[in-house]
Amino acid sequence: MSSLQYATPASVQEAVALLAKAEGKARILAGGTDLLVQMRAGMVDPALIVDIKKIPGLRTVTREGGGYRIGAAVAGAELSDRADISKDWPGVVEAFDLIGSTQIQGRASLGGNLCNASPAADSVPALVAAGAKATVAGPGGTRIVPVEEIPTGPGRTSLKPGEFIVDFVLPAKAAGTGDAYLRLIPRTEMDIAVVGVGVCLTLDAAGVCTAARVALGAVAPTVLLVPDAAKALVGSRLDEAALQKLDAAAQAACRPINDKRGTIAYRTKVAGVLARRAALIAADRARTN
Amino acid sequence: MAKHHVTTTINGESVEFLCDTRQTLLDVLRDELELTGSKEGCASGDCGACSVLVDGRLVCSCLVLGVEAEGKSIETIEGMAKGDKLHPLQQKFLEHAALQCGICTPGFLVAAKALLDSNPNPTETEVRYWLAGNLCRCTGYDKIIRAVLDAAAEMRGETHG
Amino acid sequence: MAEALRKDFKIIGTRPVRPDGIPKVTGTAKFGADFSLPGTLFGKILRSPHAHARIRKIDTSKAAALPGVKAVITGADFPEQKNEFIGPERTAVNFWYMTRNIMAREKALYEGHAVAAVAASSPEIAEKAARLIEIDYEVLPHVIDVDAAMAPDAPLLFEDMTTRGVEPAPTRPTNVSKRLEFKLGDVEKGFADADIVLEKTYKTEAVHQGYIETHACLARYDADGQGELWSSSQGHFVVRNLTAKLLGMRLNDLKVNPAEIGGGFGGKTVVYLEPVAMLLSKKAGHPVRLAMTRAEVFKASGPTSGASITLKIGIKKDGTIIAGDAALRYQAGAVPGSPVMNGCLCIFACYAIPNQRAIGYDVVSNRPKVAAYRAPGSGIAAFAVESTLDILAKQIGMDPIELRLKNATRIGAPMLGGGKMSHEGFVQTLQAIRNHPAYSAPLGPNQGRGVASGYWFNGGGESGASVYVNADGTVVVSTGSPDIGGSRASMAMMAAETLGIPYDQVRAGVSDTTTVAYTHLTAGSRVTFATGLAVVGATNKVIEDLRARAAKIWGVDIEAVDWVDGCAKPSSSNVGKFEALTLKQLAAQASATGGPIGAAHAVNAAKQAPGFSTQLCDIEVDPETGRATVLRFVVAQDAGRAIHRSYVEGQMQGGAVQGIGWALNEEYIYDEKGRLANAGFLDYRMPVASDLPMIETVVVEVPNNDHPFGVKGVGEVNIVPTMAAVANAITAATGKRMSALPMSPPRLLEALGRPGKEV
Ligand SMILES: Cc1cc2nc3c(=O)[nH]c(=O)nc-3n(C[C@H](O)[C@H](O)[C@H](O)COP(=O)(O)OP(=O)(O)OC[C@H]3O[C@@H](n4cnc5c(N)ncnc54)[C@H](O)[C@@H]3O)c2cc1C
Ligand code: FES
Ligand code: FES
Repeated sequence: MSSLQYATPASVQEAVALLAKAEGKARILAGGTDLLVQMRAGMVDPALIVDIKKIPGLRTVTREGGGYRIGAAVAGAELSDRADISKDWPGVVEAFDLIGSTQIQGRASLGGNLCNASPAADSVPALVAAGAKATVAGPGGTRIVPVEEIPTGPGRTSLKPGEFIVDFVLPAKAAGTGDAYLRLIPRTEMDIAVVGVGVCLTLDAAGVCTAARVALGAVAPTVLLVPDAAKALVGSRLDEAALQKLDAAAQAACRPINDKRGTIAYRTKVAGVLARRAALIAADRARTN
Repeated sequence: MAKHHVTTTINGESVEFLCDTRQTLLDVLRDELELTGSKEGCASGDCGACSVLVDGRLVCSCLVLGVEAEGKSIETIEGMAKGDKLHPLQQKFLEHAALQCGICTPGFLVAAKALLDSNPNPTETEVRYWLAGNLCRCTGYDKIIRAVLDAAAEMRGETHG
Repeated sequence: MAEALRKDFKIIGTRPVRPDGIPKVTGTAKFGADFSLPGTLFGKILRSPHAHARIRKIDTSKAAALPGVKAVITGADFPEQKNEFIGPERTAVNFWYMTRNIMAREKALYEGHAVAAVAASSPEIAEKAARLIEIDYEVLPHVIDVDAAMAPDAPLLFEDMTTRGVEPAPTRPTNVSKRLEFKLGDVEKGFADADIVLEKTYKTEAVHQGYIETHACLARYDADGQGELWSSSQGHFVVRNLTAKLLGMRLNDLKVNPAEIGGGFGGKTVVYLEPVAMLLSKKAGHPVRLAMTRAEVFKASGPTSGASITLKIGIKKDGTIIAGDAALRYQAGAVPGSPVMNGCLCIFACYAIPNQRAIGYDVVSNRPKVAAYRAPGSGIAAFAVESTLDILAKQIGMDPIELRLKNATRIGAPMLGGGKMSHEGFVQTLQAIRNHPAYSAPLGPNQGRGVASGYWFNGGGESGASVYVNADGTVVVSTGSPDIGGSRASMAMMAAETLGIPYDQVRAGVSDTTTVAYTHLTAGSRVTFATGLAVVGATNKVIEDLRARAAKIWGVDIEAVDWVDGCAKPSSSNVGKFEALTLKQLAAQASATGGPIGAAHAVNAAKQAPGFSTQLCDIEVDPETGRATVLRFVVAQDAGRAIHRSYVEGQMQGGAVQGIGWALNEEYIYDEKGRLANAGFLDYRMPVASDLPMIETVVVEVPNNDHPFGVKGVGEVNIVPTMAAVANAITAATGKRMSALPMSPPRLLEALGRPGKEV
């Protein structure tokens, strides 16, 4: 266990080469707020740590085609400092900002939150609802993957050996679009979501919902994109009946477990509640956008 | 197993140290550099007792590797007072009895300083959320929050009775 | 004593800066983990992964052979102890069990139970060596819940344990280690005379003290059989005595240096690491540092009991409580020793109830041995009794404070366990809450208000102190009480007030076990009271000496010299015309008048006064998610007299917030294998700053006439009413009655789904 190596590649190619050579015994280090905890608890025991923070682009946020390209290792506090993206995608920024404390925010990244592959990861439902895509680099080159396709189960991702996430692209936001993320935690901070819901929806001039994406966290082995929940909203003015349908669709999609953080019954019920509430916040934002 | 040779700046002084990959910045501060003011309450990011600033960002030093300090500027509790002049936060913590046992105090002070550096006029709610990653089991937070608000007022130049 | 009634204090009741403040805000203060010596080795404890297992064999040979390993020990390396309970029943200890809890012998009794330990030249080697120790476990069925542990077919932790306190002595083995019964009046008749009788069962989960500093110590054992320890604890004399006993050392061969202590709340009144570190040092021949991780703290130290209480109360329509009957079943953890006797003696103590009975059961199960936690046992009992009184008040349509006032205990009221209530204070805390603006402030939708009260004995006992006057007229006060929350300031204040000199002319410190008389724990809310008495006693001896020296200088009798406002003065004009001599002047002449000035004093303080608190909680519950938010919280507590006002308020605020955590979210959660599922702060969920409002305090001061300044203890009773105050507020907000802690969102939402309105 003592011969743990540490590398700071200066390019994507160098990182890919290091990862490929390590044959699965390497771990990427972004903010370390999951990795170092897991190493200390003896849950993972890598032979090589690949710190990706020195790779150009991994820690920058740039505007691109009306949307944003966010480096996979950008820390939460760095993203919150950006007024433009906070205005365009408040749901994503708030979700990211909910992760941990001020101290955790100084380090935690979107790439880490996604690739740690916790079903309760806060930023992921918001990214999925927003239609974000990840740029994945690997020995075979670069591919663009919808965020919802990355996690495959608790602690597992669809990334192939040698692959890692370079950045995320948030699309240009269509007119009349708003997003929101809500989670339930017993305290006000420093808890892992018992349920999380991300909603992104578009309203036309008459206030009718023309498009929606609803994503649920902590109610299944992976974050869920729930088309039925979106359907409940599309075509409606988010009246009580539509919200009830949304609530029911969200509940129907849940496949949660009983654990130290919540029960099946609780998670299911609250998923519906938070879906309704998040939809209303997203709609408010859509109207003022 | 070769150790890493790290050159960094701590509280304004250039410092060099040797460390294993596994050693966290907190381990290095406490065990290699004898800066035991940063405390370990959990080693998992949950208590904030190990709070330090790295290039001006507030972080848990238990969740930063020692090797990551290379080329960085680190501020710890030991650098907060200037000579024998306490930082206003330190003074207000004493006046308000914002510490009982004092184990959480270094972390709170470092975190509160980071807050006031970026937001000189925080509301009570802002202070409470900013400090939510710092656990205190003794005080119920009341006097800590008051001390931070009072220090902020004093630093803004407002007189307080 | 007339002095208690004095109000014209110069220093008592003010808020000076504590003498140990600067090191604590600059990071130089040394806590338990901050010590090292040249050549220090790193210790590591190997712990059981099983909740319950017989240890067939331990093979340490591979670990011992690892380069860098200097010592390996197991339970067999500790001397065997006698299986007997020593000391008064309420605090009895049994070293046979204690040594087995420090390190397992025949069986591992809970997940995290220490089974072996190593010392090595680096933490990595120590960890590696611990993993090389081979243990042959026979995994046994386990039992976690207290009611399940009492069932006749429950797995037994000790196959030969029978219940103490039952006549005739039973022979059937059981997990019930002790049964207690206390009675007053005729309970059956009381219930027959009552208009309403309510019986209800309450449950609470085990909760941890949650101090932020993990246990840590440094030990050095010398070849001549002497040893020295640096350790953070609530009583270094107790650490010395327990460690010496567990290792077979003489008391004067072990010196314990008190480190600053990063919180204890009762959890650092016992030893876990110190005997292990000392034995490792003895074997290795080098100093050994040992510290727990946070997970180890949760799994192997603390917590307080989870419990199950069945409570029956009979009441008249006019609000007179006529009978109370309680069965209290408390988890002791893996070895006997829950605070159930405290629960029995506290449960009805706030009220003058003519007919009462409390039956207590001390029950072992496969959990860490409980340790004291702030008014141990009383808060659990108060959750039951104060919830039931809330229900009864609503049933008879009476204001809840009115009901409590009507039945409030008063001086002379008989108490369970014998004796009579000796002090006032309870009624005043009730009145303080009733008169507080919060009691009549308007509430919004989904909001509710609850009140509850609590009682705690408070402690007295043995303390030592010394007071020395330096040549420049400054004064040094030393005590044997670790300072856990500003007590150095209070000691200096009491000495300064007694001497009549300014606060900053006095410095107070904490001395090691070789320099001051035996001092019992910083626990039981006893320090300001008992150690304060020792300080005042030593100070008075110094004053006596100062008067004698002034008398010598003036050539008069000591009776002719008074000590007033920090000066020796002639007691009347008949004595002669002498200029008053200040402390500074007398100190400067000390060499000529008899040498250094100073005195030591030790006490075994009795006549402590009990503590009372009444609290108000406003809460809002989200009807769709069951999440509760505390909106407002007021703590009224009788302090006797506040020495340092800020630290008294701080105790009240801290205790209430611990109680809020206990009420809402904190709990030990076990998986089906009996392993703790939430052994970290993230999922244990203690309150964070953003969860809370400011905690308002009302310091009630009904002086204790048996203390020179009127002090009662203030450290503990503040947690006692909190869980019930929160529960009562939740009922007011939701129309549902929660009879189990914690009242976490899932449990609350489930209750919200119940039909009908509950009170
Ligand atoms: C006290 C505390 C509170 C927390 N609270 C929350 C919370 O409220 N909500 C929440 O969702 N999470 C929470 N977390 C978990 C954690 O902070 C987040 O998941 C965070 O976003 C992880 O980011 P990181 O950069 O620190 O990841 P790291 O620890 O650096 O990495 C996490 C995992 O992802 C891999 N990885 C990292 N970056 C990449 C990449 N670009 N490509 C491929 N793999 C990569 C790593 O190898 C590792 O396996 C908390 C953690 C702590 C310690
Ligand atoms: S020790 Fe780093 S957060 Fe607790
Ligand atoms: S003062 Fe003790 S933990 Fe904060």
